[in-house]
Amino acid sequence: MIQLQEVSKIYQMGNDKVYALDHASMEIRQGEFVSIVGPSGSGKSTMMNIIGCLDTADEGDYILDGISIENYSERELAKIRNQKIGFIFQNFNLLPRLTAEENVELPLIYQRLSTQERKRRVREALEQVELSKRMGHRPAELSGGQQQRVAIARALVTKPSLFLADEPTGNLDTKTGREIMELFHALHEAGNTIVLITHDNQIAEEAQRRIFILDGQVREAAEGEHKVGPKPKKGGTGW
Amino acid sequence: MVIQTGRMAWNAVCANKMRTFLTMLGIIIGVAALIILVSIADGAGNSVSNQISQIGSNYLSARITDNKENPLKLAEFTELFAQDEFAEAAPMGRTSVTGKTGYTSSSLNIYGTSGGYFSIMGMELHAGRLLKKTDLENHSHVIVLSYDTAVEFFGRADAVGESLSLDGKAFQVAGVLSEDSASPSSAMMVKSSDESSETVVLEGYIPYSALSRMADNALEITQFYVSCADEEAMELSEAKLEEILLARFGNDADAFSIQNQSDVLEAMQEVGNTMSIMLGGIAAISLLVGGIGIMNIMLVSVTERTKEIGIRKAIGAGKGSIMLQFLMEAVIVSLSGCMAGIISSWIALQVIGAAAGTALQVSMNGKVALLSVVFSGVIGIIFGLYPARKAAKKKPIDALRYSG
Ligand SMILES: Nc1ncnc2c1ncn2[C@@H]1O[C@H](COP(=O)(O)OP(=O)(O)OP(=O)(O)O)[C@@H](O)[C@H]1O
Ligand SMILES: [Mg+2]
Repeated sequence: MIQLQEVSKIYQMGNDKVYALDHASMEIRQGEFVSIVGPSGSGKSTMMNIIGCLDTADEGDYILDGISIENYSERELAKIRNQKIGFIFQNFNLLPRLTAEENVELPLIYQRLSTQERKRRVREALEQVELSKRMGHRPAELSGGQQQRVAIARALVTKPSLFLADEPTGNLDTKTGREIMELFHALHEAGNTIVLITHDNQIAEEAQRRIFILDGQVREAAEGEHKVGPKPKKGGTGW
Repeated sequence: MVIQTGRMAWNAVCANKMRTFLTMLGIIIGVAALIILVSIADGAGNSVSNQISQIGSNYLSARITDNKENPLKLAEFTELFAQDEFAEAAPMGRTSVTGKTGYTSSSLNIYGTSGGYFSIMGMELHAGRLLKKTDLENHSHVIVLSYDTAVEFFGRADAVGESLSLDGKAFQVAGVLSEDSASPSSAMMVKSSDESSETVVLEGYIPYSALSRMADNALEITQFYVSCADEEAMELSEAKLEEILLARFGNDADAFSIQNQSDVLEAMQEVGNTMSIMLGGIAAISLLVGGIGIMNIMLVSVTERTKEIGIRKAIGAGKGSIMLQFLMEAVIVSLSGCMAGIISSWIALQVIGAAAGTALQVSMNGKVALLSVVFSGVIGIIFGLYPARKAAKKKPIDALRYSG
């Protein structure tokens, strides 16, 4: 599903060239749960942004579902972000003036769905993250964990097949982080592709496969010890 | 999509009420100034042209400037214009004399004319009679006074039969005109001046033949009025009059001049329009300044909300949607400002109208109000376009990373 071929991202810093990504190659298959790990500043977020079509590579090729990203216009890329990809950020990135419900509705507005259809899907998504009771709250009136759930609801409301999460638990305590991880496992079990960036080794090991990055280079695309989701006892919520 | 984007834009506009209001103020003042100034200019123009058309616009006035040593006399004049095209013809001579009664003494304007003059000017009697043909034939010392003049000299309007001395010659008051029958020359002076400080113009009408004895220009007619039998055929009548005068004065077009009342009206309106355009132009400039204010605040807003733009783009907003959102914000601000401006100008015009009383009829110029709506919309779009484009062009990742 995702193929990076010798992808580089270069920042010009004065006279120096900084390689945020340095000829990085890797592949992620449909339905995989992959974690990306590496020290701070190694290029994880950069890679994630390229995968999510938020950023473009300076060199190399990024092939999404068999088609090179270069072939898409800016408008088509917006459509891909809207329909194929669900983003989850470390700092949630919710719009502060909108309620939870409105935040979740936003991607559907850009899909030009009818009001009824939107309302229905928003309710569904909020139920999935168990936040139905907080629909009318603004982000400032929600806890960090709840905000991240809203963000996840916003990502999944469009029913994308690829979820990209950049340190989704980074701002949360362990317990809340766990709850969020459960949601990712459930999404994975429903057949979605999950790419997760994390500092936390424990969380990284929950993935089927880990990709190590150091200084912008892919060092190791190790098969994880866990080929299956690690939480069979709670799994199978079935979506 | 457009509705949702509109709602988002509306919410953004409402989120910062004070700032929005201050931005709007430029547009509000611009629109209000535009409408008020143009409406007042219009009202003033209308008052003047109303008065002109009240006097009547179906007559021609002619002036003879070169008599070719063969002055036009009253008898000939009467004969000359006894034509089907002309309903009435009246000579006009004017002098200023001192009028005396036992009651008071004052200078007054005396017009020498014939009975036709009153019907040409649409003047009506209050009491007595107008000038008759026999008055002219007999050089009768009779006078028709305007209402105010009668009151001034006799203390009452019903002065028929009373005697008035003009420069020592005794004249008998034959008739008094109704209160609202003012001569063309005095009408504008009186009506356009402030009601409170109204000046009374004293005037009386005597037979032309009687005037020519009082003044020294004998019986020569240098100015006269004709009214057209058919109001629709003014031009025909004008041509006929010209033909007659050309024949009379040796084919010299420079010997006389003919003035059509509608020409005067047009000229007045021309002046009024020029005024409107000038004032409108000035107000439009202030609208433009308001537009720049919108652009300024939109640019600030775009920078402030870079993160929001990034988030929206990350979840799939295209360039078009972002652009539309910011453009709509600008248009909402400018159009709401325009509406507020229209309402303020309406209130202001009511106040001005009440203060001016009957002297000046001001009413909102609908066309200008409509124009200001269109203009404000265009300004919103034009000055919103650049900030909106700036917002839409941001790269998603740069916008998302932005920390303001
Ligand atoms: N806009 C930029 N301009 C210049 N350099 C940049 C820019 N964005 C990223 N970099 C550089 O690229 C490198 C990789 O950054 P990146 O954000 O991908 O790191 P990361 O692995 O996500 O780190 P962290 O774990 O701390 O989030 C860093 O050295 C960073 O300084
Ligand atoms: Mg990062």
